[in-house]
Amino acid sequence: MAVTSSHGSTRTWWQQNQQTLTPWLFLIPGMFMFAVYVVWPILSSFWISFYDWNGLRAPDGSSTAEWVGLGNYAELIGDDAFETSLKNNILWLVLYMLAVPFGLFIAIFLNQTVWGIRMYKSLFFFPFVISQVVVGLIFSWFYAPNFGLLYLLTEWLTGTGTAILADPNKVTYGIIAAGLWPQTAYCMILYLTGLNNVSPDQVEAARLDGAKGFKMLWYVILPQLRPATFIAVVVTVIGALRSFDLVSIMTTGGPFGSSRVLSFYMYEQALSEYGFRMGYGAAIAVVLFLIMMVFISGFIWKMVRDEKEGY
Amino acid sequence: MFPRPIAQVSPLARISYQVALPLVLILWLLPLIGVAFTSVRPASDLAQGNYFGWPSSFAWQNYVEVFQNTPMWQYIKNSFYVTIPTVIGAVAISCMTGFALGIYKFRSNLLVFFLFVAGNFVPFQILMVPVRDMTSQLNLINTYTGLVLFHVAFQSGFCTLFMRNFIRALPRELIEAARVEGVSEFQIFFHIVLPLMRPAIAALSVLIFTFIWNDFFWATVLTTKAEVQPITAGLSSLNGQWVAAWHLVSAGSILAALPPVAMFFLMQKHFIAGLTLGAVK
Repeated sequence: MAVTSSHGSTRTWWQQNQQTLTPWLFLIPGMFMFAVYVVWPILSSFWISFYDWNGLRAPDGSSTAEWVGLGNYAELIGDDAFETSLKNNILWLVLYMLAVPFGLFIAIFLNQTVWGIRMYKSLFFFPFVISQVVVGLIFSWFYAPNFGLLYLLTEWLTGTGTAILADPNKVTYGIIAAGLWPQTAYCMILYLTGLNNVSPDQVEAARLDGAKGFKMLWYVILPQLRPATFIAVVVTVIGALRSFDLVSIMTTGGPFGSSRVLSFYMYEQALSEYGFRMGYGAAIAVVLFLIMMVFISGFIWKMVRDEKEGY
Repeated sequence: MFPRPIAQVSPLARISYQVALPLVLILWLLPLIGVAFTSVRPASDLAQGNYFGWPSSFAWQNYVEVFQNTPMWQYIKNSFYVTIPTVIGAVAISCMTGFALGIYKFRSNLLVFFLFVAGNFVPFQILMVPVRDMTSQLNLINTYTGLVLFHVAFQSGFCTLFMRNFIRALPRELIEAARVEGVSEFQIFFHIVLPLMRPAIAALSVLIFTFIWNDFFWATVLTTKAEVQPITAGLSSLNGQWVAAWHLVSAGSILAALPPVAMFFLMQKHFIAGLTLGAVK
């Protein structure tokens, strides 16, 4: 710095300040888009959740919304459909986590060097590349009553077939199982990369000490896989809370609204033929956001900590 | 290496592993294989209850029928019109934000960075009501532009995370040396950093292509007409019309899955690098 300031008089203002200004110039487009389409809408949703609004605007562009304070939230408390959605979301969160151990299991199974293993790895990863809409259709067919594979299988095993998507007590499990398919593939690929980076020396040392099988996995391998596990948990939590596509495609929330989740219920309230209740929909979204905030703060806290250590 | 390499265990275990691999794979992909077969099954097979046997003949006309009787071709084109500009926009923006956050040390650097990261984790349903309202006020409902603008903005969160981590890992000496030579900051970006970012740009493009192609939520929220609907939303509305015409549903599903699958196989190395590089260090 001392060198640059010594002949500062011959340099233009831009040359002197370009190192401070350049980052901001480069950030402008991204920050502008992000502020308009992400940050502001979050605040706006909180605000709209205090209103009763059908989404329409007067000809002059002003909103037709009416202030109801906490009215929408008060209504949520007595709303059975909301309660069902919330319960289902918790079920999603818990059961979706199975994708993490499943993914680890498949990754361990595939972490070999035999002929064609690369091809196998890619094919196992396949479900994640496909749209959830297609996954939903595939599983609707798999679960279809009378001829679906699952129906035939249960019929063969128990004598009576199960039409899982038509049973209010089982439908959510059926949809989550469909969701686990691509999610497991995602976790698998994270773990495959993680296993690649496991230190061979430590494994060999542990082997000499007589560690093997599950003990080896638990005490030697898993601690080294922590970054992969962290990402796997993060993406799985996000996936569970965002779940919309599968519910929408496979059951549209039915039968009798028993498979709704918060994201789908808010869509139903705000945009579908059931009504244009923007305020109520926004209130549901705020609840979903607050649940997510618990996790986001945890993730960010950990990432900031790692980041500070990195400097 | 964990588990113990199969080459070091008994021949019996080795052979059973080789046999198990394809079997497990078939089991894993069974639903997909079933749908692929159904997509070329003649309707008469389904009527006679031949759901799982070998198709009595290969009915490629299912695909012809899908193209002739539905706006499928239009849906596919729409998906490309939405996906390609989004990829370009999001990658361009994040090259810049990644450069700014990865190279420069300034006080609010981490704060801005984590704002992008946090936004990327948000359940996007909370954005739905305001974004829809904003899009309709701009008269962009049922336009490609409306979808592209939103996708670019939302994806910039993930892309920034990805690009910034990539740029942080570049050798800093290169940039310091250039500065000593008197190279301007803009030239550093265009002539030094950008060429080094090529693998990251490739990886990110493949990933974003897949994410956007597969997006269903925003396609339903921001478009309603077949003229602009991407294939995911289109397939969903066709599914409502084709009640139990599983041979057509399957053909449509396979068509919708094809571009991202092709992308994945062509750019596999970049795809996996992308998924893990932004994430696992």
